[in-house]
Amino acid sequence: MGSTESKSFENALVSMSGITKAYPGTLANDAIDLVVRRGEIHALLGENGAGKSTLVKILYGLLQADSGHIEWQGVPVDITSPARARELGIALVFQHFSLFDSLSVLENIALGMAVPANKVLQQKIIDVSSRYGLPIDPDRQVYSLSVGERQRIEIVRCLLQEPKLLVMDEPTSVLTPQEVKELFVTLRRLSREGVAILYISHKLNEIKALCSNATILRNGKRVASADPTAESAHSLASLMMGDELDAPSRENRTPSDKVMLRLNNVSVIAVEQHDVPLRQVNLNVHAGEIVGIAGVAGNGQDELLAVISGEQYLSDEQALLLDGEPIGTLSPGQRRQRGLCCVPEERLGHAAVPGMSLSENAFLTAHHRSDLRSVGLINKRKSRRFTERVIEQFNVQCNGHLSLAGSLSGGNLQKFIVGREIEQKPSVFVVSQPTWGVDAGAAAAIHKSLQAMANNGAAVLVISQDLDELMLISDRIAALCAGQLSKVHLTESVSVQQLGLLMGGASIEQGAHV
Amino acid sequence: MSIDSSMLVMIGLTIISAATPLVFAAIGELVVEKSGVLNLGVEGMMLAGAVSGFAVAHLTGSALLGVLTGVGAGMLLALIFAFLTLSLRASQVATGLALTIFGIGLSALLGQPLIGIAYEGIPNYSVPYLADIPVLGQLLFQNDLLVYGSFALVLAVSLFLKYTQAGLIVRAVGDSPDAAHALGYPVLRVRYLATLFGGACAGLAGCYLSMAYAPMWAESMSAGRGWIALALVVFATWRPGRLLFGAYFFGGITILQLHAQAFGIIVPSQLMSMLPYIATIAVLVLISSTGSSLRRNAPASIGQAFHPTK
Repeated sequence: MGSTESKSFENALVSMSGITKAYPGTLANDAIDLVVRRGEIHALLGENGAGKSTLVKILYGLLQADSGHIEWQGVPVDITSPARARELGIALVFQHFSLFDSLSVLENIALGMAVPANKVLQQKIIDVSSRYGLPIDPDRQVYSLSVGERQRIEIVRCLLQEPKLLVMDEPTSVLTPQEVKELFVTLRRLSREGVAILYISHKLNEIKALCSNATILRNGKRVASADPTAESAHSLASLMMGDELDAPSRENRTPSDKVMLRLNNVSVIAVEQHDVPLRQVNLNVHAGEIVGIAGVAGNGQDELLAVISGEQYLSDEQALLLDGEPIGTLSPGQRRQRGLCCVPEERLGHAAVPGMSLSENAFLTAHHRSDLRSVGLINKRKSRRFTERVIEQFNVQCNGHLSLAGSLSGGNLQKFIVGREIEQKPSVFVVSQPTWGVDAGAAAAIHKSLQAMANNGAAVLVISQDLDELMLISDRIAALCAGQLSKVHLTESVSVQQLGLLMGGASIEQGAHV
Repeated sequence: MSIDSSMLVMIGLTIISAATPLVFAAIGELVVEKSGVLNLGVEGMMLAGAVSGFAVAHLTGSALLGVLTGVGAGMLLALIFAFLTLSLRASQVATGLALTIFGIGLSALLGQPLIGIAYEGIPNYSVPYLADIPVLGQLLFQNDLLVYGSFALVLAVSLFLKYTQAGLIVRAVGDSPDAAHALGYPVLRVRYLATLFGGACAGLAGCYLSMAYAPMWAESMSAGRGWIALALVVFATWRPGRLLFGAYFFGGITILQLHAQAFGIIVPSQLMSMLPYIATIAVLVLISSTGSSLRRNAPASIGQAFHPTK
């Protein structure tokens, strides 16, 4: 214990030093140092695959480091399990919520805290949720809750443990701007009460607004520490990426008058319990424009995509027109053949088969439009060439065309899936959540390719929860709320606040009168 | 009048003895499935329990030792299953089927010298006072201990799953093993224990067949009851109370068909033995039909291997 060392980490709540963790083939963490002080909001920044998740898992006892050590309040500790981490006062809000759908809120929280699900706990939940303005009903079953409500459960669960360190992994990716605002109020309040927060994100504006300190990781190494309030979003991005981020800028396009995709009073009745009915959706997408559909998850986005892609047939073929031709009753394959290509939100299991190679995955959707067969059989050489073209043009990091789709990182797989469809040169391209969980570099690449498609005359429809993304790339914008589509506005004429109104089901005119 | 009531008691007792092995086997499998594991080897584990329980009871003259051995044999087979599917991540369906075939063959081999040997059966136990109630007492309070045990077990499992912390963890592991792992629960250990419990129950069910129901050993004497037990778990939509009802319902049907024949009412027995499966298919259709709330009891991760390293 050198006195200089203890001085330099004065006030340190946790200090991780020299953390190294290797996986076969990759060094996920390479001698990383991280110090979080009491009561500060500390950002952990990095692209996908930079090693953020691994580092957090080590801190929470889910993984053991190969080497390096952790000090908690100046005392060396061995965090061997999540139970041990909770004992120390570390709480973690997971990126993909670790909730059990068939159990109640109360039971979920009890599981997370390793205590019995009884009346005492129920009362505590009610107390904490009202104190921090996080309303939840302990008796509700989780499957019936929205994504925002689910996140609230996770936060309340963490707060109930009275943590000294709260770790939040990409908490805002699923929230509306209003919900994000509320979350920030809660986090600032916690920080004032002395709770340290480790905030993991790649949304630079949020980090600038919230955090007082940042540790930046790249390729498993700590590359910099910075004060986010003193840096610009651009300089933070280049620290994270290692080179200047080649971010796309807003483009002005003059779309043609030709309507490529037309939805005529499309209504879909909800079949399953949690389906959202679509109510008389009308929409025109012209050649050479990008139309954005905003909305909080679970407001009919999945249903809208299913109707357009053909996963859900319509009873009236005239309800959906592709370049003037009715396609409402055609199969997804027939629609692809006619030039309508879609990318659903869920990458693994919906847009790609995890256990199949990239080449096979490419064939599955591309054989309709690209010539990948000979005498009715799969032509492996052609599929391979097609796949390699996608890999090269969209800079997909993988071990060649035979890599399994499931082995790619989220961002790389998304680049591959989007690339696979773009390579088929569709006349209408529909994509849901194109950059969800994708790092800044990959997101920029995907945005640029969407812009390039529209510039080349394709009609592009982007369904997304990320408002920054929609404001950046779309020419016209609308919002889905409870299965109803708002009026479509020119993007430059709406502000983010007005878009928030649309997402809540109000119209901009109504908002002006309030 | 007196003939009628003794006839009723007789029918009632045969229904109880037909239902009890189903209760044991199914309640065990219910816990296994609640933890997210599908063990199709129930029939094999029952036969292993039946043959080993009978053999030890015959050799030592102790019913208790016999039952303990049968339970142990069921657990041993369940342990093999657990090792293959949980530790080595073999397919649960294929491994379960193999376990059944293995159990049938092994029990036939071990049971060869036991064929034709008579055994007096597990003695009945009359509950003081209650047993003296006419008809009802004869029916409910003069059975062997295993019958009482089957009711106690269903009650215990029901309370365990609903009210205890350990039961909540079992349900959580069956709902989402990844989330349970992320929270720091030992998914594999929970599944091992649940699978072993299922094996013990199946072994017990086998013991009941060879030591109380028959009581004797015959090759493949479980005669498909393991499969009925599996169907029963789905029929009951993973609820212990409904499972008890289902076991008596299915048990009752098999018995009533015999008595119906005695009265000259001919129902093809094949039709009757189809009934449990037809009923199960009907329930499956209900479960997957739109807007059904039954689905929520089903363990979401059933049959899926879990990789704790991720």
